[in-house]
Amino acid sequence: MNTEPSVQSMDNWPEVEATARQVLGQKICQHIEQARQLKRPESHLIAILHKVQAEFGYLAPAHLDAVAQLLQVPVATVSGVASFYHYFRLHPRGKFMINICLGTACYVKGADRVAQKLMDELGIQLGETTKDGLFSLEGCRCLGMCGLAPVLTVDGDVRAEVTPDRVASLLEEYVRKGKA
Amino acid sequence: MSAKTTKKVRLKIDGTEIAVPEGTTIMAAAEQLGVWIPRLCYHPDLSLAGSCRVCIVEVAGMDHFLAACSMPVWEGMEVRTNSPEIRQARRDIVELLLDNHPQDCQICERDGNCELQNLAYSLGVRERLFAGERKQPAIDDSSVSVVRNPEKCVLCGRCVRVCAEIQGVHNLSQHGRGFRTVVAPAHFAKMDESVCIQCGQCIIVCPTAAFLEKSSTDLVWQALSDRSKHVVVQTAPSIRAAIGEGFGMPPGTPATGKMITALRLLGFDAVFDTDFGADLTIVEEAHEFLLRLDGHGPLPMITSCSPGWINFLEKFDPALIPHASTCKSPMSMLSTLAKTYYAQQKGLDPKDIYMVAVMPCVAKKFEARRPEHRMPDGTPYTDAVLTTRELIWMIKSYGINLALLPDGQFDAPLGLASGAGDIFGTTGGVMEATLRAATRLATGKGVERIDFTEVRGVEGLRETYVALGEKSIHVAIANGLTNAKTLLDKIVKGEEKYHIVEVMACPGGCIGGGGQPYPPPGVKVLDPDLLRQRAKALYAIDASKTLRKSYENPAIEELYVSFLGMPGSPLAHELLHTSYRPRLPRGIR
Repeated sequence: MNTEPSVQSMDNWPEVEATARQVLGQKICQHIEQARQLKRPESHLIAILHKVQAEFGYLAPAHLDAVAQLLQVPVATVSGVASFYHYFRLHPRGKFMINICLGTACYVKGADRVAQKLMDELGIQLGETTKDGLFSLEGCRCLGMCGLAPVLTVDGDVRAEVTPDRVASLLEEYVRKGKA
Repeated sequence: MSAKTTKKVRLKIDGTEIAVPEGTTIMAAAEQLGVWIPRLCYHPDLSLAGSCRVCIVEVAGMDHFLAACSMPVWEGMEVRTNSPEIRQARRDIVELLLDNHPQDCQICERDGNCELQNLAYSLGVRERLFAGERKQPAIDDSSVSVVRNPEKCVLCGRCVRVCAEIQGVHNLSQHGRGFRTVVAPAHFAKMDESVCIQCGQCIIVCPTAAFLEKSSTDLVWQALSDRSKHVVVQTAPSIRAAIGEGFGMPPGTPATGKMITALRLLGFDAVFDTDFGADLTIVEEAHEFLLRLDGHGPLPMITSCSPGWINFLEKFDPALIPHASTCKSPMSMLSTLAKTYYAQQKGLDPKDIYMVAVMPCVAKKFEARRPEHRMPDGTPYTDAVLTTRELIWMIKSYGINLALLPDGQFDAPLGLASGAGDIFGTTGGVMEATLRAATRLATGKGVERIDFTEVRGVEGLRETYVALGEKSIHVAIANGLTNAKTLLDKIVKGEEKYHIVEVMACPGGCIGGGGQPYPPPGVKVLDPDLLRQRAKALYAIDASKTLRKSYENPAIEELYVSFLGMPGSPLAHELLHTSYRPRLPRGIR
């Protein structure tokens, strides 16, 4: 190949790579480099996404783009995987994480109505975050506290026997906490 | 299957015994008996998905139905493809697909040419018993060429696979899960902001209307009815080889003359031939190639006619941009001349000329909108691009039966073209046309070759050596971008030193373009035989012409004498050459 100087200058890889490295930080870049030494780097995609989420709290498009470039896996594949698994969050999580149990015991005790009330009060769906960034709402299957059904947790604090009419005051409590 | 597997497996399909090589699928075995098992997600050239379950069959001893596309046969297997239970189950499966599909066949672009519609009809779906929640994701028409309508999507995944496996672009993926699954570019981004190279192969393989070209027919009707406009049309080489299919003519029937007559009936003021642009591209490109061969510019030179390939180059392989020929595509060369040279000759204001290009391609719609292909005042040289499908529809909607029309002739001067221009429409054609010109330019007078049969064929990847004067030229040809990637990797790694490389984004070149007619009933999409038929038509047209070399085209000679000067002259550079730049988002190679 004729290597005139112009041949190199058209390549935008150095900038693309630098941006990706900056977005992910050194620690995650090292993980990706290790994965690339292995036989099937793409098989480490999920593990890498876990690390990114642990670091940043969620997976932004910029994170997924950066992982795709450095791991050299198509970004549609990366974003397809990230959007498939419930564990991966594609939006930043709120200050308080509400997790409502929708398992069998909680469900027959009315968890669906509690969940609906939460969605109405917060104006979001399960898996979303309020616009003010205060609350994220998630549904889960069985927290192992069926005796306290219906049960939810806020940042790990357990709230037992929640009824729809208790939802408003419960949220109010955290709004005050958030302001404090 | 490897050649070593000679072991035969005997089985019964619908009571008939057959022996097939070990590893054959039930579907393939049935086809050998002439039994067509209904299918949807299956495509012979793509990887197996086994996801639609339309091809299920009953196998004795199994407590559930098996997918015939992916299940290999075994010794003593007894298959029933049409038991009452199977027929009912297939019908249910398709009914469930329809339940989550808009009920708007009458106003759908694919009406009458939709695999889902045909499947529902042939399976006997006559009522819709299910009525559940229906997903209604928004249409994405951000791209100037490809419209994505996920509401019509049945999640067969053929677009995802063609984009990844044939084109190596990997723009599409199934996002989310379950009922909410959507086929989309990364981050559910708009097509316009994705790595899409706009080749349109997703449109061709889609069984429904989940992918379509962005229609330009309204623009063209409007221009045709505007009396102040001089509406000019040009047709790409591959249109004449495929347009007849839209009117029941057998694939591979050349229909140049009938197409011209139809265009006149539609009301175009002048009918030009993109082949003229191709001849001109060849003269300029051969000139550029010989300069590069002399050390002016990097080798190999890579052809630049295919706009899908150029999009790929800019997004996936920008380091190779200096290798791409700076020549504009034949379409853009002709459009540029229509609004300069032709306007001057005719005494027309370029602003009053409306240039329509009929292309086998949806990426041409993007090329036409590039800032590089505009007049100094910002108006594009090409005002509207129609695909072959759009033109077929326009002709039909005018009540014209193209098959019955008499032959017409292209208009002078931009309608006179050599056979070298015709073969541009098939893979290897640009190479052959360039070689015809380059041998003449390199050797001066003397023995001249016309047929370079060594560069013909529809295989995805070919290379050979061609004598050019005293030099031996290493040429390579790729169609389908996965094949192109293989070739480009060899160039980058320095494993092979080519002098000239032809890349066409679509399988088979333009004859397999994303804007070409959907295949006739019973013919699969991307069928190499269909592509061979279309290619044959182009070689037949070429062979039938006395004018077969671009530089012998008197209209081209006249153009240089009276307007451009010499090939590669400053004016030729200003009007006929272009430049490329890296484009984001960058694709993963």
